Amino acid sequence: MSQRILVFVKQVPDTQNISGDAMTPEGTVNRAALPAIFNPEDLNALELALQLKERYGAEIIVATMGMPAAAEVLRQSLYRGADKAVLITDRALAGADTLATSYTLSCCVKAVGDVDLVLCGRQAIDGDTAQVGPQISEKLKWPQLCYVEEVRELTSSSITVRRSIEGGYEVLSSPLPALLTVVDANEPRPVNVKRMMKYKRAAVKSELVKLFPETADAEAEKLAAQSLLIEERNAASINAEPDRIGFPGSPTKVKQVMSVVLTAGEVKQIPPTDEGISLLIHELISDHTLG
Amino acid sequence: MANFFTDNADLKFTLENLDLSPICRMIEDDFKFAETFDTAPRDFADALDNYRRALEVVGGIAGDNIAPRADVVDKTGAQFADGKVTYHPYTLQNLEDLTKAGVMGVMLPHKFGGLNFPVTVYTMMTEMVSRADASLQNIFGLQDIAETINLFGNDEQKEKYLPDFAKGLLDGAMDLTEPDFGSDLQSVRLRAWQDENGQWYLNGMKRFITNGCAQVHLVLARSEEGTTDGRGLSMFICEKCPQLVVRRIEDKLGIHGVATCELQFNDVPAQLCGKRRLGLIRYVMSLMNGARVAISAQAVGIAEAAFRAARKYAAEREQFKKSIDQFPAIYSMLSAMKVKVTAARALLYETTRVVDLRSTYGHLCENGIPAEEDRAAQKYYTKLAALLTPMCKALATESANQVAYDAIQVHGGTGYMRDFEAERYYRDARITNIYEGTTQLQVVAAIGGVMQRDLDKRIGELAAIELPDDLKIYRDKVMAMHAKQLEAVRFVAERKDSEYHDLVARALVEMETMIFVSLLLLRDAAKDAGRRAIAVRYVLDAEYDFGARYARVVSGDTALIQNRSEIIGY
Repeated sequence: MSQRILVFVKQVPDTQNISGDAMTPEGTVNRAALPAIFNPEDLNALELALQLKERYGAEIIVATMGMPAAAEVLRQSLYRGADKAVLITDRALAGADTLATSYTLSCCVKAVGDVDLVLCGRQAIDGDTAQVGPQISEKLKWPQLCYVEEVRELTSSSITVRRSIEGGYEVLSSPLPALLTVVDANEPRPVNVKRMMKYKRAAVKSELVKLFPETADAEAEKLAAQSLLIEERNAASINAEPDRIGFPGSPTKVKQVMSVVLTAGEVKQIPPTDEGISLLIHELISDHTLG
Repeated sequence: MANFFTDNADLKFTLENLDLSPICRMIEDDFKFAETFDTAPRDFADALDNYRRALEVVGGIAGDNIAPRADVVDKTGAQFADGKVTYHPYTLQNLEDLTKAGVMGVMLPHKFGGLNFPVTVYTMMTEMVSRADASLQNIFGLQDIAETINLFGNDEQKEKYLPDFAKGLLDGAMDLTEPDFGSDLQSVRLRAWQDENGQWYLNGMKRFITNGCAQVHLVLARSEEGTTDGRGLSMFICEKCPQLVVRRIEDKLGIHGVATCELQFNDVPAQLCGKRRLGLIRYVMSLMNGARVAISAQAVGIAEAAFRAARKYAAEREQFKKSIDQFPAIYSMLSAMKVKVTAARALLYETTRVVDLRSTYGHLCENGIPAEEDRAAQKYYTKLAALLTPMCKALATESANQVAYDAIQVHGGTGYMRDFEAERYYRDARITNIYEGTTQLQVVAAIGGVMQRDLDKRIGELAAIELPDDLKIYRDKVMAMHAKQLEAVRFVAERKDSEYHDLVARALVEMETMIFVSLLLLRDAAKDAGRRAIAVRYVLDAEYDFGARYARVVSGDTALIQNRSEIIGY
């Protein structure tokens, strides 16, 4: 038995290291100011997939939707032991909310084909919605097992998992194919240095076009010959309908995003005199703290 | 998220500035390996990128995984019951993390599944692992055993063991010391005998064997009946088996995470590794020199950890309404600690660079037809490595002890308590200047090279490096020390008194070390203005310390030789 496991991963801004310029004046995330990292729970999903591979044998395909630079999380997955990677990238995918994203990813599952198991992290640290995994399974009409901590058993036709619930856990079985969302319950393995020395050269075509504008095709051929060319797909090649993806496919409308950044301001010493108090009151009124 | 590589400016500077390119080109066979192995680098930039990335991976594991587990490992330690050693689950987890990261065969060649990295980069890894948990380094650092099999074993032995070492499936131990012979290894007694079919068996005792529960052992044994010296000893490979009994493990002051075993060999089947009679004089000396570098790295790692703990505590602890690092008494201690760590690291990686050059030229000379200059280079670097290795071990391990001692002092009473890490660093550091040869024995190993002036060529090269004007006066100070050192060496040589020579040997080795390290630090300061203050501080302090030693050496004071029993026996 060898299952085909597709793991969805996402490159996210590192929200643990937020600085003052984390948001743009327009209220969107300023990606340039935040380091891009592998979404933590997606690493847990990848780890679970790799453990299943070790226990039962499996082919691990990792996929992400994003800009060409998101190929970095695919490389990081290859360093850890993934067999294959797919980047879904297309300008038409920009502005996707969870509905459009999950539709796109469900198209990816079908395009990859013969997938027995889809693994996602529970949620991404940028949006924190935890919607994408379940929505993918809805669109595929597959069973979904959310908040999975561990896999108890995997057979050719079923899976048994332990999942976290409020105040305890439950053990569930499901037929395959199925979708799992995985919580932070395992310790993701470190990057394997030898695999990294090999796969650090892996790239998607779009990256090559940027690096070698003149000779991208030849470079891609060279990489393909060494199995280092990461598969790149656009909306059309996964048969995604144009009106269901990206901005047009996203009913979520963002009215306003507020950047709430708590910073220590300047310290101002106010003398304990009538004059000082009057100055303080005046200042509080003028910045609308009072009145 | 702690990363012991990216948070360490000194280590990063060292990697980028050490110029590993000639070494790298040789170990990668002029980058021809890239045609056969998809993990081999294509040029030096590619290799350096691999080194950097690998160090970041190990730095991450050290900072995020190993360091947080170290306290529990220390407090519980390795256990022994019913003849079986059990490592703490965290120790096993640490090893698994490192195995998954693929760094258990760092120096092994590509063809055996290793990374084919120079010893310099491997040493940086061991330094970071030690900073996280010194006791883990005693297991991780045993990669020298696989390296020894690679150097001296036959093809069959290499095929049998090396791929599994590289995968982290095997661990090793080197079984040298016996209950009656530690420093005096040439008197080793464990007997190796052959049956009529030529099969070797080992019989006897070994003691203080680090990770003696390992699957693969390199054993120093007396193969030549009737001999009593080092030339009757050979090196053997044997595996864990019922005839190899762990009698007990030691209850130690520090490095609790690793088991130090007493072993009984009851006719343990073994294979000869290399040639008979070369066990000690060739193979074990090579293995020991590798281990001495590894222990130096362990010491630097512990010192780094201890210094950082002290710096952090001193910045947070307030007394008399100020953080204590504002007081001269404390900041002078902290800066002395930092200078010691930096000095030890500078010498450590200069040493590994030379060891790498020795190995690569050695490989070149043994495989193929070496050019005259290659043979000369091999000879030169062998001589240099033979001096720098003990010099480095003495400096790094003694410094680690001083730094760990002061780290407790900075913490005050808190540092004496087991709640803080400072006391663990202190206990762990204490073994470094004892095992793999005490500092006193490092002096014995180094003094010949000092008297023969083996470093003078390298000192000349370092002194010729272009320096910014404001650093030149410090070089002048160092060269003045060098002139005095030549005088002191001549003084001792001309006396022809071997006891006086031995009595002042340590001072002479330390004086040589100060000159050499001063020049290394000035070289680095010329490249990075941020390092100038450290270099200048080192040179100024060295000037005082050198002066005191110089005065003693040239005093010719032999009173102690005559009156020592009056003093000691009173």
